[in-house]
Amino acid sequence: MAEKITGAEALMRALEHEGVDVLFGYPGGSIMPTYDALYDHKGTLNHILVRHEQGAVHAAQGYARVSGKVGCAIVTSGPGATNTITGVADAMMDSTPMVVICGQVGVAMLGTDAFQEVDVVGVTQPISKWSYQIRRPEDVAWAVSRAFYIAKSGRPGPVVLDFAKNAQTGMVEYEPAHVDFIRSYNPYPAIVKEDIEAAAKMINNSVKPFALLGQGVELAGAREEVCAFLEKAQIPFGTTFLGLSDMPSDHPLNKGILGMHGNLGPNVMTNQCDLLIAIGMRFDDRVTGNLATYAKQAKIIHFDIDASEFNKNVKIDLAIHGDCKTTIPAVAELVDKAKHDSWISGFDPYAEKEYNKVIDKAIHPAEGPLLMGEVVRKVSEAANNEAVMVTDVGQNQLFACRYFKFTKPRSVVTSGGLGTMGFGLPAAIGATFGAPDRAVCLFCGDGGLQMSIQELGTIMEQGAPVKIILLNNNFLGNVRQWQEMFFQRRYSFTPMTNPDYELIAKGYGINAKTVIERSELDAAIAEMLATPGPYLLQCAIKEEDNVLPMTPPGANIDEMLLEV
Amino acid sequence: MKRTFGGQCGECTSCGKCDRVLNRGNAAGEETIIDNPIMEQDNSTKLYTFLIYSENIAGLLSQISAVFTRRQVNIESLNVCASSTPGVHKYTVTSYCTLEMATMLKKQMEKKIDVLQANFFTDEEIFINETCLLKISTPIMLENHNVSRIVRMFNARIVEVNPTYATIEKTGITSDILALFNELNAIEGCVLQFVRSGRIAVTKSKIEKLDNYLAEREKQRINK
Ligand SMILES: Cc1ncc(C[n+]2csc(CCOP(=O)(O)OP(=O)(O)O)c2C)c(N)n1
Repeated sequence: MAEKITGAEALMRALEHEGVDVLFGYPGGSIMPTYDALYDHKGTLNHILVRHEQGAVHAAQGYARVSGKVGCAIVTSGPGATNTITGVADAMMDSTPMVVICGQVGVAMLGTDAFQEVDVVGVTQPISKWSYQIRRPEDVAWAVSRAFYIAKSGRPGPVVLDFAKNAQTGMVEYEPAHVDFIRSYNPYPAIVKEDIEAAAKMINNSVKPFALLGQGVELAGAREEVCAFLEKAQIPFGTTFLGLSDMPSDHPLNKGILGMHGNLGPNVMTNQCDLLIAIGMRFDDRVTGNLATYAKQAKIIHFDIDASEFNKNVKIDLAIHGDCKTTIPAVAELVDKAKHDSWISGFDPYAEKEYNKVIDKAIHPAEGPLLMGEVVRKVSEAANNEAVMVTDVGQNQLFACRYFKFTKPRSVVTSGGLGTMGFGLPAAIGATFGAPDRAVCLFCGDGGLQMSIQELGTIMEQGAPVKIILLNNNFLGNVRQWQEMFFQRRYSFTPMTNPDYELIAKGYGINAKTVIERSELDAAIAEMLATPGPYLLQCAIKEEDNVLPMTPPGANIDEMLLEV
Repeated sequence: MKRTFGGQCGECTSCGKCDRVLNRGNAAGEETIIDNPIMEQDNSTKLYTFLIYSENIAGLLSQISAVFTRRQVNIESLNVCASSTPGVHKYTVTSYCTLEMATMLKKQMEKKIDVLQANFFTDEEIFINETCLLKISTPIMLENHNVSRIVRMFNARIVEVNPTYATIEKTGITSDILALFNELNAIEGCVLQFVRSGRIAVTKSKIEKLDNYLAEREKQRINK
């Protein structure tokens, strides 16, 4: 007879079996048996104690995004579990593989409003890929294996395991489980040959093709395949924010960012192309603007692993269901080598116009206070355009996405779909564990930093080498911009009185510096990057600057404002 | 009507409220659009019957109903029971919505990990039944001859009679059941209680989609 162990110990072994090496978490009553078991696994499971459970989930997200592995968070029941909700919803929106393990009261107490009892499965079901309550120690191995399989396969997403206390303390003969098939869930749809042929035909017939790349390319690890396809048929492309590191920023076919705060060229040309080829992207409203005028002239092919994305927002002509790592090469084989030089050079005037009216001013200002764009570009270049870019949410995010440059895959960690302020700092911590050999640069605002500022404690304790670039404009800048543009400058609760961030960082033993003068910026960035461990670089940013260009909400995507 | 416009009304970001159908790329390479705003006549929405199969795992019902709620589609009726396949549960849900919306709902339900299949049908494609129970007052029945005339006319069955009340059962389609109820209810004091079950349905097709799916998946599992 096999040795009997507790359910909590079984969880440890199951996590090891899944290859987990880092866990982000916070203990409490209902998860104590599990933390007790963890004490004996410190050598294999590196548990990072965060300072708030929201930090644990965002850190797990940051870890997953840069490593491609499943991020893992572990928290107690009740408030511990509810503190993870934002991160679970965020991971669902942004297709991030993550397993969150929450403690739960024992099954005998379920439904009695027991101390720190919350219906976690009920709460998380609508915002997770799968949510399951482990009620018996016998279910641990199966549930954990199933959770990791679901989190990472198909379109990745968050899974929540609600781990009842009696299942943690009860005894079980542990056998590792290997779930790699679920009959009701098929993450590997078969390729339909006719569809592949139809796609190739549409591409071969197109004279003005344009591709839209989303995070799906990165999630599939399909950079090479997609690149080969686009180069063979010479198809220019734009990317979403989450797809920014799908391809090198300087690739000649890369025409920039799609959507509301993207680049002029790709947005205008979306409404001029004759064929739109969407790969692993979901036509978010921030990308499409007014749907009634979006790419109406074009035929549309949509490649996605998630069938529910087809025809959800934009009516398409052809759906290619499957993993783009296999569907794209299948199409690529059938497409003709092509040249679309004159179509491609049609992007240039727009790029030039945007450069002259917006970009040049944003990254090469001659005078006045520091601008976010110049700081971002300088940091990017000082790190050889090879760093991981993490952002919070707001103007800092939009400027970072616009002006950071990418060469390596898995270099973007930003909250795209949910737009979660407070995401940046903990996600950056996670990224340092997921990509320990890379520089991790976080851009955040004075608002967002304070939403997770307690995680400076985690950074201190772990010595996590996060380079925090605080773009301080004394405003909730993005909201202020909308107030300026759409609410007659009525700055309702967006100015902010700020604390002394340098002093705060120093309180946590984190090196910090503030830059006010442009002439000091280069040296300060160099010092930040050269200093081992964490660093906070506070930049005093122009208070009322705007992210441009911009498609006003609900406007046509090709009607971008270049100035306010 | 020919336009380079389609699919979305542009008033909202989640369509399905109107049934402008874009017909892209017909033989002549033209785009046509059939324009039927919902305000004119409610012929854009139809009663669809969804037959949904899931694994027998706790919590599926709320996940399925949440898909409808989130897309602002009302559930008219709902029935859940074990299916003819061991371990598989069958949900019969009816809703008024557009074809576009029905397609979206199907895919969003199938996205749930433990949902095996979700399909939707119009009334012509399925055999439908539902049942009702009526508890009526025996004194009124004795006093008013119309009561027993109506019961006979609708082919309803009397299950139980005692001096206080009678229980009547009627199986059929929704409109018959509602007509029976309305006629009896028009007689003052007659109906004491009324209950109507959710619709249940089986498909008319000779193809068993679920069986085919399960067989296909089983093959995939073995060949994995
Ligand atoms: C949790 C959360 N609350 C509120 C918002 C709305 N919001 C979006 S951007 C923004 C302002 C952000 O200000 P700050 O962090 O200072 O960054 P800035 O825009 O100035 O760069 C706010 C309040 C949000 N996205 N997330």
